[in-house]
Order: sequence, then C-alpha cells, then structure tokens
Amino acid sequence: QVAAALKEGHVTPTELCQRCLSLIKSTKFLNAYITVAEETALKQAEASEERYKKGQPLGVLDGIPIAVKDNFNTAGIETTCASNMLRGYISPYNATVVQKLLDQGAVLLGKTNLDEFAMGSGSTDGVFGPVRNPWSYSRQYKEKSVPKSHSEDKEPDWVITGGSSGGSAAAVSSFTCFAALGSDTGGSTRNPAAHCGVVGLKPTYGLISRHGLIPLVNSMDVPGILTRCVDDAAVVLGSLAGHDPKDSTTIQDNFKPFELPNLTDVSKLSIGIPKEYHAPGLSSEILTIWSKAADLFENAGAKVVEVSLPHTRYSIVCYHVLCTAEVASNMARFDGLEYGHRSDMNESTESMYAATRREGFNDVVRGRILSGNYFLLKQNYEKYFIKAQKVRRLIANDFVKVFRSGVDVLLTPTTLSDAAPYVEFIKEDNRTRSAQDDILTQAANMAGLPAINVPTVLSERGLPVGLQFIGRSFQEQQLLTVAKWFEKQVQFPMIQLEEVNRHDHGVFQHQKSASFS
Amino acid sequence: QNVSVEVLDHLEHLALVDFRDAEGVERLQKAIQFADQLHEVNTDGVEPMDSVLEDRCLYLREDDVTEGNCTKELLENAKEKVEEYFVAPPGNIPLPKLGERETFLQGS
Repeated sequence: QVAAALKEGHVTPTELCQRCLSLIKSTKFLNAYITVAEETALKQAEASEERYKKGQPLGVLDGIPIAVKDNFNTAGIETTCASNMLRGYISPYNATVVQKLLDQGAVLLGKTNLDEFAMGSGSTDGVFGPVRNPWSYSRQYKEKSVPKSHSEDKEPDWVITGGSSGGSAAAVSSFTCFAALGSDTGGSTRNPAAHCGVVGLKPTYGLISRHGLIPLVNSMDVPGILTRCVDDAAVVLGSLAGHDPKDSTTIQDNFKPFELPNLTDVSKLSIGIPKEYHAPGLSSEILTIWSKAADLFENAGAKVVEVSLPHTRYSIVCYHVLCTAEVASNMARFDGLEYGHRSDMNESTESMYAATRREGFNDVVRGRILSGNYFLLKQNYEKYFIKAQKVRRLIANDFVKVFRSGVDVLLTPTTLSDAAPYVEFIKEDNRTRSAQDDILTQAANMAGLPAINVPTVLSERGLPVGLQFIGRSFQEQQLLTVAKWFEKQVQFPMIQLEEVNRHDHGVFQHQKSASFS
Repeated sequence: QNVSVEVLDHLEHLALVDFRDAEGVERLQKAIQFADQLHEVNTDGVEPMDSVLEDRCLYLREDDVTEGNCTKELLENAKEKVEEYFVAPPGNIPLPKLGERETFLQGS
C-alpha cells in the first residue's frame, strides 16, 4: 500500500524517511537501533524521489525505509554485531542482501540491535543493552497488567523482544520501518517475530546469499526477513533470493519472484501436526491456540494429520554441539590485527590475541568458543562432533519422511509462551534460555527447511503469540500461500502505541496493516 | 566427571580465550553434560551430515581475478600498520605456561 502511495505521489520518499527517522527518535527507549544512518538515508530518499518524479521507480521497494540487523556488513556504516570486538568497525563493503535492497532503491535507516554475535534468544546480551518489546508499551498490554501497588520505577514491567534479531523485530513492530533483515540460525528471526507480533520468514538454506553476513554457523545461518504481513515478506524475498557467485552455498537454480495467490480453497492441502512439538514447557495457552488453528484448517476442508518427528528433542543438543564447534572456528578470525578491537598488550602475538579476545568478547561468546573447542579436541571429535552430525542426518530424514507421506506444510507453535518480562528472563543464563526457547524453531535450521512465523492472536497478558509453518525445501511459494491464507483468517490486531498515534495523519493512518505491497 | 586442569589449560591455549572464573569452568561442565544426551541416540550405520545441500554440486567459478586493488580499504580498519603491512607483536613466543601467567586456573 505504501508503494502505491509513493507511486501516486500521496507521499514522497523523503517525507516517509523523515517520519520514520523521527519515529525512531521518539521510540529510542526501545533500544532497537544501534546505528541510525540519518544522512545517507535522507540522500537515498532524495534519490528515490527524483526517480518517482520522472516516473521511473526501480521497483516496489523504491523509497521504502528498511532496517538491517547489525551483523550484516554495510559499506561506510559501523557494523558491530553488538560486541566490543567490532566497535568502531566500518565495513568496506555491503553484504549481498544489503546491496540487493539498495539496488532496488530501498532506504537504509540504520542497523538494529541484537544479542552479541547473534548468540541468544532474548536480544538482551549485546553490549548496547537489551531491546525492549514495543508491545510492553501498547495499550493492549498495559490494560492487562496488574498495576504495582508501589512503583519505584515509573516504567511498566517491560518484556523482551526475543532474539537474536530483536532489534529488527521491534523496529518493524513499532512502525519505524517497513521491513527489516534479521538472521536465523536457531530461530533468531522467528522467535522475536512471534514475541513482537510480526511476520518472520526463514528461507530455505541456500536460497539467499550469506555473503556479508557475519557467520555464526555456516551450515545453518540464513538471512531472515521481518515484515508486517506475509505479502510484504514475499516481495522482499523476491528481491533477495537467487544465486550469488560470492556465496558458493547458494543454489544455482533459477529463482523466479512470485506473487501470492489469494487462496480460497484449502481442501487439497495436507497440514501436519508434529506431536513432538507439544514440548515440555509449552504453555497451555499456546497449546490451545495451536489446536484452534488446526481446527481452523480442518473446518475449512483441509486434511489435518498428526505426524511424528521422533528426533525433535535431540535437535537442541545436536545444535549445541554443532553450533559451538562452528562458532569456535568462525570466531578465530577476531584477533585484532586486521580489524576490530585490538588490545594494548604487545608482548607477543599470542598474548595480544588472547588479551584482545578476552577484552572483546562477552561471557556468552567466550563460553561457546571454549565449549566448541572442547568438542573438537581429537579425543572428543568422534564422540561429540561426528555424533552430532549423524544425529543431524536423522533429524533431517524425519522431515523428509513426513513430507514424502503427503504432508504439504507443518503447523507448530513458534515459542513456548508469550514474551517474558525482562527481569524474569535474566534470572537464567543465556545457554539455558537458548536451550529452552529454541526448541520449537531449531529443527528447521538443522534440516535447512523454510519456516515462517505468522502472528496469530494476543495472549491473556495482551502480548502477541505466533504460530509457525514449516515447508518443503525451496517451496517458499507454497509455504507463504498457506501462511497468507492463515493470516487472513486470524486478523491479528494492530498494536496500539501512543507514540505512533501522535504521528497522527498521513501514511500510518491510511493503512490498516501499514504494509508496503 | 570433571574436566582436568590440563585440558582446561589446553583449551585456553587453543582458543586463546580464557575461562576467567569458576563460572566459566562451570559453564563448560554443564555444556558437556548437556551434550552427553546425544549418546542416547542410536546412530549405527548413519553417515555424518556436513551440509543440507550435500546432494547438489558445489558452484565453482572460473579461476579469473575479478576483484582486488583495495589495499587502502582493507588497511583502514586495522589499528597498527606500517606502509602496506599489518603490524603484529613478535611471534614465536608461546603463551606463558600455567604457572607463570595470570589465570584463574592456577587456583584450581
């Protein structure tokens, strides 16, 4: 809708950009952005405006403000991964996905906050502080929260965004941008999408280039897409997918961008409900929502079957070993010599490296590096690393079997419960939290399958709850078509934020769902 | 079982990252315990999986130079440099042994 507005001149790219920039300023307390690229964004908006005046926009994304997670390289803009190790690091190049968006005329507003090096499930462990869920400040949440009898602190009991792409999710959810890039290794795009009430798409591994995405786990990372509706996700996917010679893990098949049909007849669809996703710790509220969704499909004529993915509960353990092992390898590049933080210790190369890494990484990162190295020791290699790789194959095969039996799409919960208050969340350490929260999203990364979170309904506390659809490899069109149908059925409510209502007229009021397609 | 101090020291050397305190060592112990659950799974006859794209051919491009000449950009982010070199402190000096350096592990 915004793209149409831009085309018809109802609003100009610079106006749009300025509104978003001022909204970012007024929602600064969310801590969603690490870097706001005000000057360059305005320049990009001006260039876009010129193009619209001539009637030659580059495409649907021309002039659309977007945000990018701070672990993607962006030329000339600081890229920190929320770590002291990369503070002050100005990327010399654009990640392929960033370049593609810029080539389409998108306006890059800034870099969003995350857990340090994308390790975590709350967006609470970065050096720039935690990200606050915009829904903490929504009328819907405030109405449901019990007022404290005495509050030393005027602030509401704010809740986390989930992670690790929390900044991106918060940015999209609070209307400061129309789409954002995240990354997804164990659920890092879908988890915050569920908690922030936005659409979070994890594409099939190999569909979108990882060139320029600072790697965590090379065999599982993918760039993730966060938007306010499924159609928008399809548009962004269309502009990003495809082979990249700079990333040899992208497949060479030709990708054709698609538009999503408005599905009316679901009777030919087979939805699988994996019983193992009724995981310990799943809140009864989400269980009910999940059942209702299954009924929704059944009542509409689809075939809904219970299926089994027997190795689901090992996916987290497997991930734990493979992730720490790949992290140990990937973090080895941070030695202070060529870029990033460098310690003043100068006695020897090794001691400089050790001191640099001690100063640059937080406990979570260091912990994973050490664990990873442990699992890769010669005496442990077979027992842990190779074993985990074998279990990985079993997990991937579980999915193959289920899809081969005729199921088109799987329906599962995305998170175990709605967003937790920050003070509750930090009571447990990062690893425990990640192990708990990733359980429903991790297996899709293990098998490389596409998955999407669709915001479904508000919980009793007034916070968003989303459900996840997992599709077949490279069948994003089918996956998104089903997701779009579901989205239409549930009519997830719009967040009622006071700050946004103040920016009264114009763009935001026109669009019910404030989408850009 | 606890991880021996020798292995902990070895890990610190390999990773060039330190445990810093008892909590760090605890974290490793817990991580190992957690990973031990893998042994409950029967993986007889199963091949390890490196990549989900294993059934496809890896893309290899022609061995032609297409980029380069960006010395200036590459040097910009380095803290210490001289002309076109990155400057490192003297190498070939191993990290001090367990007894000689400041590390939490000395106490254990």
